[in-house]
Amino acid sequence: MASVTSPSRGKKVNRIGLEAPQYRGTKTTLCAGCGHNAISERIINACFDMGIDPALVVKLSGIGCSSKSPAYFLGSAHGFNAVHGRMPSVGTGALLANRKLIAIGVSGDGDTGAIGIGQFVHLMRRNLPIIYIIEDNGCYGLTKGQFSPTADLGSKLKTGVVNDLPPIDMCALAVELGASFVARSFSGDKKQLTAVLKAALSHRGTAMLDVLSPCVTFNDHEGSTKSYAYAKSHDDPLEELSFVPYFDDITVDHEPGTTQEVVLHDGSTLYLKKLDDDYNPLDKNQAVKVLSDTRARGEFATGLIYVEPKKPDFLEVLNMVDEPLATLSQERVRPPKQVLEEIMDGLR
Amino acid sequence: MVPSEVAVQEVSTGQPAERVVNDFSIQVATVNGSGSQTANLVLLRSIFQMGVPVSGKNLFPSNIAGLPTWYTIRVNKDGYIARKKEIDFLVAMNPETAREDVLSLGPGAAVVYDEPLKLDVLRDDLFFYPVPFDKLVAGVCTDAKLRRLVRNMIYDGVLSNLMQVDLSQMEKALSRQLGRKPKAVTLNKGALEVGFEFAETHLEKRDPFCIKPMDATKGLILIEGNAAAAVGALMAGVTVVAWYPITPSSSLCETLIDYLRKYRIDEKTEKATFAVVQAEDEIAAIGMTIGAGWAGARSMTSTSGPGVSLMGEFAGLAYYAEVPAVIFDIQRVGPSTGLPTRTAQGDVLTTAFLSHGDTRHLMVFPSTVEECYEMAIEAFDLAERFQAPVFVMSDLDLGMNTWMSKPFNYPTKPLDRGKVLDEETLERIGKFGRYRDVDGDGVAYRSVPGDKMPAYFCRGSGHNEWAQYSERPDDYQRNIDRLARKFETARNWMPAPEVEIDRKASIGVIAYGTTHWAVVESRDQLKAEADVGTSYYRVCAYPFRTAMASFIERHDRVYVIEQNRDAQMLSLMKLDLAPELASRLRSVLHYTGNPIDARTITDSILLQEGYRVEKTGAATSIVPRNAGVGGE
Repeated sequence: MASVTSPSRGKKVNRIGLEAPQYRGTKTTLCAGCGHNAISERIINACFDMGIDPALVVKLSGIGCSSKSPAYFLGSAHGFNAVHGRMPSVGTGALLANRKLIAIGVSGDGDTGAIGIGQFVHLMRRNLPIIYIIEDNGCYGLTKGQFSPTADLGSKLKTGVVNDLPPIDMCALAVELGASFVARSFSGDKKQLTAVLKAALSHRGTAMLDVLSPCVTFNDHEGSTKSYAYAKSHDDPLEELSFVPYFDDITVDHEPGTTQEVVLHDGSTLYLKKLDDDYNPLDKNQAVKVLSDTRARGEFATGLIYVEPKKPDFLEVLNMVDEPLATLSQERVRPPKQVLEEIMDGLR
Repeated sequence: MVPSEVAVQEVSTGQPAERVVNDFSIQVATVNGSGSQTANLVLLRSIFQMGVPVSGKNLFPSNIAGLPTWYTIRVNKDGYIARKKEIDFLVAMNPETAREDVLSLGPGAAVVYDEPLKLDVLRDDLFFYPVPFDKLVAGVCTDAKLRRLVRNMIYDGVLSNLMQVDLSQMEKALSRQLGRKPKAVTLNKGALEVGFEFAETHLEKRDPFCIKPMDATKGLILIEGNAAAAVGALMAGVTVVAWYPITPSSSLCETLIDYLRKYRIDEKTEKATFAVVQAEDEIAAIGMTIGAGWAGARSMTSTSGPGVSLMGEFAGLAYYAEVPAVIFDIQRVGPSTGLPTRTAQGDVLTTAFLSHGDTRHLMVFPSTVEECYEMAIEAFDLAERFQAPVFVMSDLDLGMNTWMSKPFNYPTKPLDRGKVLDEETLERIGKFGRYRDVDGDGVAYRSVPGDKMPAYFCRGSGHNEWAQYSERPDDYQRNIDRLARKFETARNWMPAPEVEIDRKASIGVIAYGTTHWAVVESRDQLKAEADVGTSYYRVCAYPFRTAMASFIERHDRVYVIEQNRDAQMLSLMKLDLAPELASRLRSVLHYTGNPIDARTITDSILLQEGYRVEKTGAATSIVPRNAGVGGE
């Protein structure tokens, strides 16, 4: 726990006594207007609001513009900028070593959808307790604007090059693989993204967030299906989200029958006010269908797509002791002499 | 056998041979998946129980069942347990290879074979013992499915009789091997007895090979190298294991899993003080190992050559970002898929430099099963002390074969967690910089997620002392020079070499890993046959100690003996040696996939030293180069 100091006069503190600026990182080196910067801001807001202790957070990323962003939030937390496409394994190892850590993983559509697709698949299968954010702009920004596997068929680069391969719908893939929390949002939708991030922080298991995050430099033009303009006009929210953390005594007024409540692992509640269709995020088949339908219309479904609040997470399944393995003393990890003697006797 | 046939054979092979006691090799040629491994281990163990030094080497195909497999047991009163090229006693159970097996024997060898194969027509200079296995097994085992497996135990019974191994020793070994399955024990015991009885009543011993009790194995254990490494990892306090199956490495992690499940469950809570994950591939396995090491756990993975290739990128990350990890490489024949079930020492160069850019890794080279155990423990200490990956370079011969050993010693040193930042240190050094060389040894202090110390950003991109992203030339150079300094510091911490100086010798021998066993025997051969004395330097780690240069300096020529084509260790040594010393190095290379044998080494050294090896019949004479010229 971070030490609680009396707040500067008038400054707001969260429930663990920290101020909002303590959740910031270093100054961003990403382009002005980059969607990733907005996502970083939302992460800062969400962590502050939820009273997350930065000392327990590990920020993980692969390689790419999005993978640079963990430096720009939670500056006092440990971070590991790994190798391209392989952040899931590093995150898995870190959590095995210390199950108390709060893991926030930031990746991109190339880092996850191309080189990282293998590790992504197995991460979703295992249900490791990690927030896995794909900052999705349909292109490789850092290497100057090649298509990524989430770029839509027929979309165009500034140079006129047309993408002739169908995109991977990372959310559909995640649902199919058994992910226990799948959501999509948009870097420009402050309310929705914040609610989804907080819900992710309350979930126990892999919370996979596909966040459309336009690349102002390489993929924000006419012909792109990941531009600000396109995102805004083709966004198909599944529900209107509001989130109440477990430590708040708020009740949400709503008309009966219009809002579904999903209680998350830590007791927080996500309120899903139904829009047009009667969408139930607890229904996997419905999730697969709605993703397929919206895709067919050239739109993308946003909001909470699927959730399984009680699915056992990977660490539970391993039946480890409660204390982090990294902190166990010699007595607990080096068996006594009798054990070696017993083994030797068995081999004589 | 018809008496007249016996008479003919005796005449052909000369006198009934003098007994050859405790100094021969037995090869069992069977089909894999047929239960021969149990029979082989029972045979091995029986001889071991009789106090005679013994080794067992399995030559098996990359296959599940149905292909030829050969198990070679070397019995040697002097303790020479390296592979011997010549086979003295063949058990021919595989019709497919039987002909070639028999034809490749030297004269005077013995052959127990399945009678219907009629192998005795092939040679007239061998001792043949036909055994009707199918008839015999039918009497012992009514279940047709089990017959195939039990059949092999019959040859153990036959050998027991022919070689004068006490049947009770075989039975004792059988109980050890199959102890937990009483029905199987009974069934196999029956097969042993049937084989013994048949040999007793139908076979007349004419070959010279027999076993007499000795006292050379008292208190020793029998263990495979991979199992020994697993015990080591257990005793090192490993907590996170991530792995991907690959021959010949899998048994290391699988054995470790068994030990962890048995000995590392917390009594009170019945929960595990470890985590084992079978990853989706080797890249994920090393990624998890590194993630865990970064977060403060003792972590490891185990693999073979192809896996090491995959781990290249992450190995460079762990080197540059300075994260501890232990990687076992149980080497097999490459390149590429190579020969998955054959041994080699061919990953030395790749591993020393694994990754792009200026990378250099710490390696240890176990030669014995005891070293598999001890170096495993040491590897974890070294990885954390130097905040780097440490590669334990074992091989298939050591890892998957059964070796004798002194029992292992309980570690006396406490776990060395290395330079982990705590409050006291933080006060002493003032400001924490993850890559700040505060002590001058190139090793910085590290903090660990969740430990309440100042945090840092771990990254494979260029960084300064404070772990901040930096592209500055001075930051980059200073940091990478410090890594070189750190590697230099490690030099004297790595396992020391084993050195034996023969003051009168003008030549030296350098070897590592399992080559050691053939070297021990070869040095004695060189001395006995050609009066050539040698000094011996056994490399146990990389970076090399300065003693290596001193060793080379005191000899005119030094032979570096290794099991790969490209003289990898010699090449690595050259990088560290002054040109004049490097020019004294010669190679003895063996790279067929079989474990190296002493004769190969002896012959090669003699040839390179200018001797001629002349073979007349069974006799060998060694003639120095200058002999016969000018009346020597």
